[in-house]
Amino acid sequence: MKKLRLIKIGFSTFLLLALFGSCKPKNSSNAVSADAAGKVYVAPGKYDEFYNFVSGGFSGQMSVYGLPSGRLLRVIPVFSVDPEKGYGYSEESKPMLNTSHGIIPWDDLHHVQLSRVGGEYDGKWAFGNANNTPRVARIDLTTFRTAEIIELPNSAGNHSSPFLTENTEYVVAGTRFSVPPDDKNGDVPINTYKENFKGTLSFISVAKEDGKMELAFQIEAPGFNFDLSRAGKGVSHGWFFFSTYNTEQANTLLEVNASQKDKDFILAVNWKKAEEYLKAGKGKKQKVRYAHNTYSDVTHTATSEIKTEVIVLDAKELKDLCYFIPCPKSPHGIDVSPTGEYFVGSGKLAATIPVFAYEKMMKAIKAKDFIGEFDGIPVLKYESVLYGEVKKPGLGPLHTEFDNKGNAYTSFFVSSEIVKWNIKDLKILDRVPTYYSVGHLTVAGGDTKTPNGKYLVAYNKITKDRYLPTGPELTQSAQLYDISGDKMQMILDFPTIGEPHYAQIAPADLIKKNSLKFFKLEDNKHKYAAKGESTTKVVRQGKEVHVYMTSIRSHFSPDNIEGVKIGDDVYFHVTNLEQDWDVPHGFGIKGAATAELLIMPGETQTLKWTPNKVGIVPIYCTDFCSALHQEMQGYVRVSPAGSNVPLTYSLGTNMPKADGKK
Amino acid sequence: MKKILGSLTVLILLYACGSPESNTTAPSDSQTTATAANKSDYDPERGEGKFTHVEVSPTIDEAKATDGEKVYTAKCSSCHKTTDEKLVGPGWKGVTNRFKAEWIMNFATNPDPMIDKDPKIQAQLEICLVRMPNQNISDEDARNVYEFMRKNDAKK
Repeated sequence: MKKLRLIKIGFSTFLLLALFGSCKPKNSSNAVSADAAGKVYVAPGKYDEFYNFVSGGFSGQMSVYGLPSGRLLRVIPVFSVDPEKGYGYSEESKPMLNTSHGIIPWDDLHHVQLSRVGGEYDGKWAFGNANNTPRVARIDLTTFRTAEIIELPNSAGNHSSPFLTENTEYVVAGTRFSVPPDDKNGDVPINTYKENFKGTLSFISVAKEDGKMELAFQIEAPGFNFDLSRAGKGVSHGWFFFSTYNTEQANTLLEVNASQKDKDFILAVNWKKAEEYLKAGKGKKQKVRYAHNTYSDVTHTATSEIKTEVIVLDAKELKDLCYFIPCPKSPHGIDVSPTGEYFVGSGKLAATIPVFAYEKMMKAIKAKDFIGEFDGIPVLKYESVLYGEVKKPGLGPLHTEFDNKGNAYTSFFVSSEIVKWNIKDLKILDRVPTYYSVGHLTVAGGDTKTPNGKYLVAYNKITKDRYLPTGPELTQSAQLYDISGDKMQMILDFPTIGEPHYAQIAPADLIKKNSLKFFKLEDNKHKYAAKGESTTKVVRQGKEVHVYMTSIRSHFSPDNIEGVKIGDDVYFHVTNLEQDWDVPHGFGIKGAATAELLIMPGETQTLKWTPNKVGIVPIYCTDFCSALHQEMQGYVRVSPAGSNVPLTYSLGTNMPKADGKK
Repeated sequence: MKKILGSLTVLILLYACGSPESNTTAPSDSQTTATAANKSDYDPERGEGKFTHVEVSPTIDEAKATDGEKVYTAKCSSCHKTTDEKLVGPGWKGVTNRFKAEWIMNFATNPDPMIDKDPKIQAQLEICLVRMPNQNISDEDARNVYEFMRKNDAKK
């Protein structure tokens, strides 16, 4: 009995210890403190404090999360088709994916930046880059939809993009792969890289009111790999900084051949000077071909225009436009401090983080403190521009963001950690592990003049054992850290779509108030809109059949269509007559080789359908809209080619039998 | 002893883990309002909304009725016929005899709160099973639609 009691006490003590222990951090694989749950818990029905706009990497899309909860709010289709929303399948959205190569259904979106005025987010637009077929997209933050996509000539792989100047004067794009210019014969041996390959930096102007993009000018630079870029701000406004690698100009086995030199370059571009040269007519007009696609929320239709000319400024010929700053070693991230006084190069193969001072750069330029030239561009002396180095920070530094207390946060891919250091004294203050191999990181407002400094998110390249396994392919992941105190504290893991690269965190209050609830039916100027059921009809134009259709809870008008024949192309132009928030209707048709439509209230969208079988084909609403959603359906009769079945349509009346029998 | 240990476990558990507390703010605009709370001061004659008194002249204002018909065509006709036949919602024939102008215009411009409170609408919902959507009809449009309804009811 006594023994039993002892065992009981022993067990209870063990239980107690185990329970107590479970709320405490155990080791590096569970470095979460007890109050983490409270910090990220957003109660049901409550809103998050921040929007987090995250690049979708090889998904080609942009995702929107709420922070601190990490809840996925929306995936915005940008460069890849999205059958769920009809994006790239509806007749209206197809032109958005047009390029000089024709329609491209996929790309790789790496970076996101939010539009800004005076170095602060203005909540109007998000920009994203296409890393494969070089393009820049603008997303409208009232609709959370892609409003515009512009292709970039003379480029191959748009990686150092879409970074913005402090008033969104320009969004830039630097080519990752140098290639022969588009107007030259590109049919050259690959090993003529040094003679024939050029690196092009594109400056796309952004109109203040409507955000409309135009390719203002390009700068032709030496043939390197341009990696990332950031605009100066505050004191350094007017300058743009690009990191480069492969200054060895290798064209094969870059892993080895582009890692030969101790230092590559950061290219400093005086874009105000570029504007002067442009105005003075120093640019050369070059014949090129690129697509410029815009979506109208009035016609609910995208248009694609192929443009044929670009103005190019030559960095070699035009003095004071470009300067090289040596930077150890294959720098990846180039990041500018909130005041614009310092810029940080993260040499991904380097053992230190160099911090450069804008003021010292200007002094060195004035004093012509050059160590030579590269391809006609002056190379500044490293020591003359350097403010200082962060010593022994970690392995594989990639990117740096900033808080509101004068600190910087650098991600380390190889040593899998985030290191906090002070910008002024360059002393390391704290380090936390990431799980695993962090790439980009972002701080709330971390690239503005006034970072919020509450949260930091690490975007990891490897997930391994962090979530329930799902076969060989695992989810990608983000990790949220509370950085409001002296010590960084990991408080949440959340999975992401595609592969997350750069992201932005903006206060919810800045954006949510502008969110559109529905499109006004009165303002709908779509060519095939049916504004009211009395205007619905079916019209044959040769082999094309146009259905002017409406949807409202819970029927389509018309919902019976006959007289469609094999060989016809049928266009369903569906107008959603609803005028309230959160009442989309869907449209699906059996055998469609395209996708569904998802039509927002007040909008018209078109699905092309080419019937290939004689028979009766059902249509239905795909988005559960009301208690009678399952009743929201109809039929299309498909007859053989050359059939005499007349084109008829109806709603609510069973047509009299054609053979006259009751 | 067992009991003491048990309660001690609970206490420590509570102390160590705490309870998560949310520090986020409530969403500012919420569409649905509590149903029961305000039911008592609901006026079934007038409905609920901004219209308290609507001037109605003895004769039909033709211009208003014509504008109202346009709104009807785009935003109402999918569900309401001008006869007494039910489509998705009830037919409009005689509606101006059954309800006051204020009630109709309040319902057209402020449907959700009225669906939650009005006994007649709730009885109708049991028949139609579709909540009348908010079609974002302006005050002026609502007045014009009402005039179109009057014209429709004046027809023999």
